[in-house]
Amino acid sequence: MRPWLTQLLQLALVLVLAPWLTGLTRTFKSRLMRRVGPPPLQPYRDLVKLLRKETVVADNASWLFRAAPYLIFAVTWVAAALVPTFCTGLTFSAAADLIVIVALLGTARFFLALAGLDVGTSFGGIGASREMMFASLAEPAMLMVVFTVSLFAGSTQLSYVSAYMLSTHAGLSISLALALVALIIVSLAENARIPVDNPATHLELTMVHEAMVLEYSGRHLALIEAAASLKLLLYLSLIACVFTPWGTAEVDAGAWAYGLGLAAYLLKLIAGASLLAVSETATAKMRVFRVPEFLGVALMLGLLGAILLFVSRLS
Amino acid sequence: MLTALLANLSPLVSHRGWPSVAVDVDTWREIGTALREGRFELLAEWGETAAVRCVLYQPSSGAIYLVTLAAEAGAVPSLAQFHAPALRLERAISDLFALRFIGLPDQRPWLDHGRWPMRHPLAAEYPMPSPAAADRATPSPEVNYPFLPTRGSGLHQIPVGPVHAGIIEPGHFRITASGETVVRLEARLGYVHRGVEQLLIGRSIENAARIAARVSGDSTVAYSLAFARAVERALQFDPPPRARWLRAIMGELERLANHLGDIGAICNDASFALLHAECAILREATLRACAQAFGHRLMMDRVIPGGVTTDLNGSTIEVIQALTQRLRSQFPELIELYENTASLQDRTVGAGVLTPALAAQFAAGGYIGRASGRAFDARLALPYAPYDELPIVAPVRREGDVNARVWIRILEVQESLRWLEAALDALPRGLIQVSLPTTAPSTALEATTMVEGFRGDVLAHVRIGPALVIERCHLRDPSWFQWPLLEAAIYGNIVADFPLCNKSFNCSYAGQDM
Repeated sequence: MRPWLTQLLQLALVLVLAPWLTGLTRTFKSRLMRRVGPPPLQPYRDLVKLLRKETVVADNASWLFRAAPYLIFAVTWVAAALVPTFCTGLTFSAAADLIVIVALLGTARFFLALAGLDVGTSFGGIGASREMMFASLAEPAMLMVVFTVSLFAGSTQLSYVSAYMLSTHAGLSISLALALVALIIVSLAENARIPVDNPATHLELTMVHEAMVLEYSGRHLALIEAAASLKLLLYLSLIACVFTPWGTAEVDAGAWAYGLGLAAYLLKLIAGASLLAVSETATAKMRVFRVPEFLGVALMLGLLGAILLFVSRLS
Repeated sequence: MLTALLANLSPLVSHRGWPSVAVDVDTWREIGTALREGRFELLAEWGETAAVRCVLYQPSSGAIYLVTLAAEAGAVPSLAQFHAPALRLERAISDLFALRFIGLPDQRPWLDHGRWPMRHPLAAEYPMPSPAAADRATPSPEVNYPFLPTRGSGLHQIPVGPVHAGIIEPGHFRITASGETVVRLEARLGYVHRGVEQLLIGRSIENAARIAARVSGDSTVAYSLAFARAVERALQFDPPPRARWLRAIMGELERLANHLGDIGAICNDASFALLHAECAILREATLRACAQAFGHRLMMDRVIPGGVTTDLNGSTIEVIQALTQRLRSQFPELIELYENTASLQDRTVGAGVLTPALAAQFAAGGYIGRASGRAFDARLALPYAPYDELPIVAPVRREGDVNARVWIRILEVQESLRWLEAALDALPRGLIQVSLPTTAPSTALEATTMVEGFRGDVLAHVRIGPALVIERCHLRDPSWFQWPLLEAAIYGNIVADFPLCNKSFNCSYAGQDM
């Protein structure tokens, strides 16, 4: 199959799978609490429902408030399509590496926070300020993870990193373990999951991500929800691609390898969703001011990973 | 000194039970001073057409007084100028009655939001609930409600409610914060004012009992019990012993269901949904057992003046025994989970501290008072049957944080289970109901009682007229003295912890708004 075709397939795949992953996590969480819970396909129904609903916009909303959902969705979608899922060597690989992904997500966050501030409600302001406080630590921590992984694999390109991890050169490394822990912490924070934020809460005063999007409705909200699902998929795919690359197909492999890659990818997502559900069930949310400490740990671990790698290279 | 004074005044003959005295303005002011100095606790204050009444309790001796002050030209001295806990009560009284409080530090209305078709709806001659012509003609004025000011740089206000995102009752909270730190919280309540006190006037006793049961749905047994006991005391007859035991059994079941629900809900507000789910299962089991045993999940209208409507038999006793056994085996695991989840403990320990001094000043009842060192429990302080025969133990803590309030609930669940099991074994035989006296009294008779609901002490005052109808009934929810304390407890906490602290208080909106 041609690389551009694979890239198109990947774009479609992440879009189709993302709500399912969100739904799957919710289903697992419900089961852990002895509830039946919604089926994993519920988020699709929610999206369809939201798309059909009227979109109510505050009187004092500027163009930014209307434009932000499209922008956030587009940027997140592109970022999610850059991470190799079932096969490596995508067309965009050459142009887009880990740092671009971080930058794309940063852009989405920037516009979301602006949109939260735009209509001037107090909850939007609270959400935006908390989001930025967390982001100021989550982003450097993420970059540290990127540096560690790139130093280790010798490239910031995810296809290359994935292939390198599969090869015999890789082996086990302390730095990688530190980077993995840091990446998991950043993923929890970036996806507004417990213990940093609670995606299921109705309490406006405790919200971070949800507080920023409180004023959105209809198709705007659908796009933002879809973007949130894509982001969760992106982070899980990223962890899978770098730390558990087994089964991922090469770009020019045949249909059989592609099928195998897809099956492996789905299994990884299911495993990720169940681990996330277990961790969310077993912990309470942190106090807001404890989150910077939590993210600080991620930053330090990332830094430590990078330094250890440097030192070992030098000696 | 004041005690001697109150004891020497000749008690009002029509009042049955607690000593009831009429005082003059000077003694009323002296009461204010005594309250300020902490020699007495204010348990209630309510209005009459041309008088105010309050209930005083002396913790050191256990003495309790009902004090009445006749208004002079529609004015009385304010107790709130001496004793802050009286403030909202007096603001509510001046909304409902055409009474002026001299020296009232806060003149803003409380229950009247400027949306009533009339002013002072209770300012009429009894027994007919028709407001004075002048008041009836004037709709209550548009209310400009300035919130208490705050000064400082970088402060911002967060208005929350009255409509909330969750399925809870309406109330407005105005939070002034410096960044994330709460500088001031001010609650504005009264959105669920239904005019309960007016509805009660002129009703038959049976009819009024049904209204009293609906003041605050989660405490329906406590309200029914308080009302029934007040009626029984006023008319001086006793329900049969078995009925008293059945009432207390229902009361403890209500406590169990609410505490189990609260423990889970507090954990849920710290985003620990697991305990919420597990506690919800146990709460549901309790409600189903109540439905099986008494025919109603909340046991509404099961306690009536004269006794109870539903008896327990061998099989329904077994239903409750099966419930207590199930709770005994499953509840300890949940406590262990609560204690061993570090992330949850990190949220509840040290959050929303209420100091013992404030709890004592406001005479805070229930788990709020007992988590902050105030040991008062109506079942012990003013014991009523069957707690005089089969005593109950009220746990007390002094930390006053969210964790302490959770722990008081945990300990009360365990104590209620123990008490229930013993009570089911000791349940006396006999009738469950006697009919109300039908001979009309020659004058109006009144009585005041207090019972311990799950949230704290519920006070009921009734006056029954010669036609055996309710002339006046005042029901005081424990939340009157608990809501103001939430504002104190949240001070210095962060905005994001407000829902957690609020849930640990779990005050009643409906009970306070009436």
